[in-house]
Amino acid sequence: MNPRRKKRLLITSSLILGLSLAMGLTLFALQQNIDLFYTPNEILEGKNETGVKPEVGQRLRIGGMVLTGSVKRDPNSLKVSFDLIDNKAGRVTVYFDGILPDLFREGQGIVAQGTLKNKSSIDAFEVLAKHDEDYMPPEVADAVKGMSNLKTKQ
Amino acid sequence: MFKKRRILMLLVPFIAFIIGAIFLATPLLKGSDPSKLESALIGQEVPKFTLQDIFDETKQYNADIFKGQKMLLNVWATWCPTCYAEHTYLNKLANQDIYIVGMNYKDNRKKAIRWLSELHNPYQISLFDESGLLGLDLGVYGAPETFLIDSQGVIRYRHVGDLNEQVWNDKLFAIYEGMQ
Amino acid sequence: MLPEIGQFSLILACVLSFLQMVYPLYGVRTGHQGAIRSAKMFTVLQFVAVAISFVTLAYLFFINDFSVSYIATNSNSALPWYYRLSAVWGAHEGSLLLWVFLLATWSIAVALMSKNLPVESMARVLAVLGLLAFGFYLFVILTSNPFERTLPYFPIDGRDLNPLLQDFGLVIHPPMLYMGYVGFSVAFAFAVAALLEGRLDSAWAKWSRPWTMAAWMFLTIGIALGSWWAYYELGWGGWWFWDPVENASFMPWLAGTALIHSLAVSEKRGVFKSWTVLLALSAFSLSLLGTFLVRSGVLVSVHAFASDPTRGLFILSFLILVIGGALLLYAVQAAKVKSRGRYELASRESLLLLNNIFLIAALIVVLLGTLLPLVHKEIGLGSISIGEPFFNRMFTILVVPFALFLGIGSLFRWKRQKLGELVKPVLIILVLSLFVSLAFLFIFAPALTWLAVLGSFLGFWIIVSVVYEIYLRSTHRHSFINGITKLGNSHWAMSLGHLGLAVMIVGITMTQNYSIEKDVKLAVGEDITFERYDFHFDQINALNGQNYVGTVGTFSVFHDQQKIAVMNAEKRIYTVQRMPMTEAAIDAGFTRDLYIAMGEQLPDGAWAVRIYYKPFIRWIWLGPLIMAFAGFIMICDKRYRTKKNPVDKLGEKDV
Repeated sequence: MNPRRKKRLLITSSLILGLSLAMGLTLFALQQNIDLFYTPNEILEGKNETGVKPEVGQRLRIGGMVLTGSVKRDPNSLKVSFDLIDNKAGRVTVYFDGILPDLFREGQGIVAQGTLKNKSSIDAFEVLAKHDEDYMPPEVADAVKGMSNLKTKQ
Repeated sequence: MFKKRRILMLLVPFIAFIIGAIFLATPLLKGSDPSKLESALIGQEVPKFTLQDIFDETKQYNADIFKGQKMLLNVWATWCPTCYAEHTYLNKLANQDIYIVGMNYKDNRKKAIRWLSELHNPYQISLFDESGLLGLDLGVYGAPETFLIDSQGVIRYRHVGDLNEQVWNDKLFAIYEGMQ
Repeated sequence: MLPEIGQFSLILACVLSFLQMVYPLYGVRTGHQGAIRSAKMFTVLQFVAVAISFVTLAYLFFINDFSVSYIATNSNSALPWYYRLSAVWGAHEGSLLLWVFLLATWSIAVALMSKNLPVESMARVLAVLGLLAFGFYLFVILTSNPFERTLPYFPIDGRDLNPLLQDFGLVIHPPMLYMGYVGFSVAFAFAVAALLEGRLDSAWAKWSRPWTMAAWMFLTIGIALGSWWAYYELGWGGWWFWDPVENASFMPWLAGTALIHSLAVSEKRGVFKSWTVLLALSAFSLSLLGTFLVRSGVLVSVHAFASDPTRGLFILSFLILVIGGALLLYAVQAAKVKSRGRYELASRESLLLLNNIFLIAALIVVLLGTLLPLVHKEIGLGSISIGEPFFNRMFTILVVPFALFLGIGSLFRWKRQKLGELVKPVLIILVLSLFVSLAFLFIFAPALTWLAVLGSFLGFWIIVSVVYEIYLRSTHRHSFINGITKLGNSHWAMSLGHLGLAVMIVGITMTQNYSIEKDVKLAVGEDITFERYDFHFDQINALNGQNYVGTVGTFSVFHDQQKIAVMNAEKRIYTVQRMPMTEAAIDAGFTRDLYIAMGEQLPDGAWAVRIYYKPFIRWIWLGPLIMAFAGFIMICDKRYRTKKNPVDKLGEKDV
């Protein structure tokens, strides 16, 4: 093999090695950071597609509608809890310590990200409400589609 | 031989791109049909709600107003140019004794009252959905939208966009006549 | 009448762009000189037509012509005049008009400023730009016409601009970002023209280099502005969210950064040419992909509901046509290119290749993280989201070798570098940078963490090696003072660009490791203390703006008992769209920001308040500014200005 070919081979193989290393690392990191989306009913009964229930301690996202009258605040801190419901029988409690988004309201669709605390409650580290009046995340729209109105005007 | 292999290698980006493009195209081709979301409400009763009358804050309505006769539910707002356009036609329909309920969507009460007094009011009942909450339940994209509701309070059809003579004659009239 | 004029000149521009694409190519094919030279004329005319159209729309916004439905939905008479103008690109239709307008601007710049380009090459380049413009004109006219009238009746007032966009940052962020996106079309056009011609040489690299650099410079500023805007406007104090829309702008940047480096090798050494072409094609393709992702709504993003599948399909078809065609052309034509330059494994060429590999790896990470949720849903596994930790971890891993090689890379010679010669300088850099970074952390950081040490070491590793390299280079043959004045623009550009990255790395390290974020419950009269700062909640007042109402909380800030600032954090409600907005109060500083944002009012009358201490966060945006400035210095290089006889250039094939 002449030196030129050898050099080219070396470069190509290091390129391939680098890329596959990056790929491997990426896939590994991905596996740990994929947050599956659940509706309240899916938390209790398992995913619609696969029937798999989330495990306690698992990171996940949940989307649903805030049940009217379920928001409870701790008087001395920013701790808050509320129940999320969907158009099936699901009802899951979310615990959060922090500032709720501007558009958080009872009867409104929201998405929370956190870890499963026990079978039917979640410790959230992030709560998102729809930012734009016309916007609802498609997953939430699916989860609450056709729900009867649970809102009361204050 | 060497050259052929080179071309094959150089084709890799192209092939990767085509595979990617197929993945990007499928959700567009199958998933995003806007009528899919609409169909969820058709055949169902109007969601429960409590809303104020637009002229009278103390007067409240709930979903029972949709029972007893067939009617149109028209979603409108003063910020909506197309609503202005269809308003004349709504007046015309009201004159033909068609029962229309108006839902003023995410709007300003004063402006809405002025609009109705200046342009003539085609609505038997005018609901005021300031926060857009009923709109959210109905899956309203924006104004104007018109729902056809039968005497049981069940939604039979949803029309997005302006209501004019052509739309009414071609499509909605037949559905309206066919409803109970 | 005016909207019709705007509409008409838009259609005219569309027709002209078609001619700009077809006629010069016909000329090149048949050798018809007039047709070849017509490219420039069509480009100028097309620019004039689209400029009329753009200015018309801006004027219509200015005079509040709500008979145009785009204006009725995105403006309001209560909006201040400057936001009325920036509302032109506040939503889909207008931002596309801005897009085509900028494309025409780049095209006319190429047509007028590349005097030393052979006419035939110029004709091809402008024809490719014409094709791109034609596609986008069709898109605007057929699916998203900004001049559409609201029937014979029109509303008394408009729906107002989205309050999020009513902000100075957003007045200039989109034009900058689009200048970058669209600017890569020039590099793309040069690449396609060279492929069509079947002639890829270092002259090609030399022509497209300043254009690519200019586009990259705008994109850099655009992204930095976007990050800065998110920081002060979204009320979270975050500076990067790995949101699909952000990623969409970051991917072309990564490809563009790889491209400017690989172009340098192709120009100076005549190697990596087919790779460089591929990068030039990818940079613009990724810009188009970004547009597609944002416009089509295939990804879950804030814009998801406003989007429209027909628009998505249109862009996708255009994407397949343009990118697919270019890649196919590439596969056929690039095989003919032979690389003549030779270099050893230990050489600057290899290190620049390594740089490209890392940048492409980073690009793949972002691409995967952005598109995987889509694929996951597609194959029926349910919706997922890929969290920030994924991107953060991957970038932490990637930046280490990247920064290490970057630091010593500029010490390597072209062609061949004896590694033995580098031992001494590398040791000096290592010791110095370790010392400086530890000293830096000792002064500015409250405690040491491994990641902070690593990050600031990497930053100072780059800074020290840049400075050391300048010293070595200038004392190579002359005295230091004499030598430093002899360094060329491109050398200064490289050094500054790398410094910019180092500044950014230090900023990110400090912000990520030493930020203090407190979400607290605070009533008027109460205070909270941390990091020797004392925040006192003085009062709360009502607020009345031109198109919003709200409340403003006033805080006094004390540092070591000294009053250093009074900060006003606002909570606004925009009256037309009834949208609440948080206007954070920021006390900015070179080494730290104080950040206060009002949350909600709690039932007992106290407020939820975010109080943040963000060390060195300004450096995160200072870095990109330095990088962009470096790009500017490079463009100013005399090398790209001298007007040589075109014949010279033709002779200047592979070195």
